[in-house]
Amino acid sequence: MQSPDAIFRSLSDPTRRAIFERLCRGGEQTVWMLTEDAGISQPAVSKHLGVLKLAGLVGDRREGRETHYSAKPQALAPLLDWMSFYAAFWHERLDHLDSLLKRMDQ
Amino acid sequence: MTNQTQTLVIEKEFAHSPEKLWRALTQPHLIKEWLMENDFEPKVGHDFKLRVQTPQWNGVIDCKVLEIEPQKKLSYDWSSMGLDTVVTFTLTPTSNGVQLRVEQSGFREEHARNFQGAKFGWQNFFGKLEQLLAKTE
Repeated sequence: MQSPDAIFRSLSDPTRRAIFERLCRGGEQTVWMLTEDAGISQPAVSKHLGVLKLAGLVGDRREGRETHYSAKPQALAPLLDWMSFYAAFWHERLDHLDSLLKRMDQ
Repeated sequence: MTNQTQTLVIEKEFAHSPEKLWRALTQPHLIKEWLMENDFEPKVGHDFKLRVQTPQWNGVIDCKVLEIEPQKKLSYDWSSMGLDTVVTFTLTPTSNGVQLRVEQSGFREEHARNFQGAKFGWQNFFGKLEQLLAKTE
């Protein structure tokens, strides 16, 4: 797992952050698809992808001559506010538990 | 960095018997209904996994049963994505049914801090990603 510093550094560039967000929302994409929206050259996009990959935020998969990139949002785990995350998680799960207990009556 | 940890506490009262709630907490087919897929066994020392199906994440939480006191208390280790915590369920009978207390302990300072996102303009960014992770459940 990467250190928070390495992750922050890789996301400190707005263009890189935009590429990462696009991969999070849009799923797997090739460098060409990303270049169309980024407003910068393909080599520049590739370079940004390399930095994101080093930080563990992006993964890649080769298929024929194309490389497909995808976001790995779980790499952000060390940065997340886990207590808020789990507070929401347990509230939701305990609601499920309540409806399960009601169903068990039947 | 300090060694201090923080504990999350959630309480909820159920209009059902402690015996019935205990079954929902300890029988795998019932745990699956409200929590996750699992291979839980009510034995101290038993290693088990909770699983979530997600495209981006292997969605596995590694657990180990630490303590069982039938209809009163259950606790297990809860480790996932570099976060090692302990979850403890405590049941207390009430006039209407049973009070359940869920404690999750072991959050370190860096897990609990709220990132000064506004400073970097990242508040929304991380907020969105947290939602994304929450949705993958």
